[in-house]
Amino acid sequence: MTAQTPEPGGDALRAEHVGKRFGAVTALSDINLRLGRGEVLGLLGDNGAGKSTLLKILCGFQQQDAGRLVINGEEVLLKSVDHARSLGIDAVYQDLALINQLTVYHNMFLNRERVRGTLLNNRSMRATAREHLDAMGINIPSVDVPVASLSGGQRQAIAIARAVYSDAKILLLDEPFAAMGAKEVAIIMDVLQDLKGQGEVSIIIIAHNYGQALEICDRINLLQQGEITLDKVSKDTSVAELNDIVVAEYRQAMQERRRSA
Amino acid sequence: MSKTTEKDGALIGQPDGLPGSGNRTIGMLRQGVGIFGRQREATVLVVTVALLLYFGLTNQTTFVSQTNAIDLFSETAAPIAIIAVGEVLLLICGEIDLSVGFIYTFAPFIIFYMNVYWGVPAIIAIILGLVFGLVCGLVNGFLTVTLGLPSFITTLGTGFILAGMALYFAHAEPKSIPPATVNFGKWIGADPWSQFIWAVVIVAIFHIVLTRTRWGLHTVATGGNQLGARESGINVSRIKYGNFMITGVLGALVGIQTAFYTNTIDPLAGQYLPMFYSVTAAVIGGTAMLGGSGTVMGAFLGAIALSTLIDGFDIVGISANSLQIVFGGAILLAMIANVQLTRLRERGRT
Repeated sequence: MTAQTPEPGGDALRAEHVGKRFGAVTALSDINLRLGRGEVLGLLGDNGAGKSTLLKILCGFQQQDAGRLVINGEEVLLKSVDHARSLGIDAVYQDLALINQLTVYHNMFLNRERVRGTLLNNRSMRATAREHLDAMGINIPSVDVPVASLSGGQRQAIAIARAVYSDAKILLLDEPFAAMGAKEVAIIMDVLQDLKGQGEVSIIIIAHNYGQALEICDRINLLQQGEITLDKVSKDTSVAELNDIVVAEYRQAMQERRRSA
Repeated sequence: MSKTTEKDGALIGQPDGLPGSGNRTIGMLRQGVGIFGRQREATVLVVTVALLLYFGLTNQTTFVSQTNAIDLFSETAAPIAIIAVGEVLLLICGEIDLSVGFIYTFAPFIIFYMNVYWGVPAIIAIILGLVFGLVCGLVNGFLTVTLGLPSFITTLGTGFILAGMALYFAHAEPKSIPPATVNFGKWIGADPWSQFIWAVVIVAIFHIVLTRTRWGLHTVATGGNQLGARESGINVSRIKYGNFMITGVLGALVGIQTAFYTNTIDPLAGQYLPMFYSVTAAVIGGTAMLGGSGTVMGAFLGAIALSTLIDGFDIVGISANSLQIVFGGAILLAMIANVQLTRLRERGRT
């Protein structure tokens, strides 16, 4: 099943036999996943397969019930988002975690605010936010407006910029292209290619669009019903193959349902 | 309401001095947002000044006097404003404290029992009175945040308990201020202007806390998008606990101040009215009941507007029986004016 022979200790992140239940519902049954240093891993799967749950465990927002996480060769029990951040893990959530009422630059520095003494250093945060958005080529008229006034794509770009410039070594992106237009997708693709080129950041991308995933990712993992059922290097698979697997799963489930009915 | 509330988040941490860089359009846009932000409080300022002018011009001899100024600003507005500071913080982070008026009632009794019964030195007894408010806030926070009750219910319950405790321990009789504490009382609330000065200082401090510190920013984040705030690693529970405790201390402070000012510790002082007034002041001042936005300065102006109504109607001589009808109507009118002015302003902008 494994597509590459991992060099021991060379992984940025490893999940071993990770499980998570919510009451009677098993969200993740037995997840085994590895992310190489500087690698971009695509995590695909149907709705409800457990992708977002896995991401929330990897970034410290939720804790697994079973199994263990190994980060930079050391076993770690992530206690909180802050804890994960301190280990260089940062995430962009599906819901973006933006605060509508706050300005663009306050959102970009949320919970990492720059201060002088106890007071916020707004000047510095504003300038840096502007700088980062310009560097990425994201077109936002003003960093002083509340994010509520921005489009879906702009909001998403801000959330991604926030994570990219957090100096994270492991980036977790939950559907980074969901609300984006073609131009914005291209911008984010370029940013990710840049990061990939530098080779210092390891990235997991959750995606629904298999084409986009294959374009940017080195390797693809398919998550089905709480387990990883496919692990292939991108060039060894195709949109057609991935589609077939997911559709086959759906057909099989329908048949079983009909049989039991 | 949500439409207006989304906008006024721009208030939080507005530019400290307009940025000079960027092209002209961006500069103008930023300036526009800055002016917009300031105007949010301008609406309630206009309402407040209009009310003051109305009563001032129609009742020159009675309304415009030293005695009435003390009455209006120190005796009536200051307690509302101080408690409103706490309610603003709580409303912004998505909670409310209905018990604060009963913390107000009970806190002076702590001083009385500590000093008179147990011989605790005056200054320490007063500090313990304030600590009592802190503990009440802690309990409200525990029930709301840790046990997950809605704060409306939590504080309804703790409020009743405090009300009952005050009546029970005092046998429903007022107590006099312990003589040993009188010297401190002058600073706390007995001097005619002291309460107003306290209010101004507290409002100034918490205006900065809300607009210029991480605590303020995280309070807005908590109320604006609680899940998003948690995902960003903000300790939402800590923010809520803290704001309940701040409100508790402020409630206790006002209760102690009023006890010194009136020179009596009354088990029927405080109660629901100061809380209702302060929530009203906060809302008149532009704080959203649904969380995510609000200003301390607005609540301060709202407290003065409200007090002008209370004091003004008293001077005009509206009979006590019909006062509340007129008062309720006036609050609604002030709110309608506020909302309509905000709408007009937005139409002018877009």
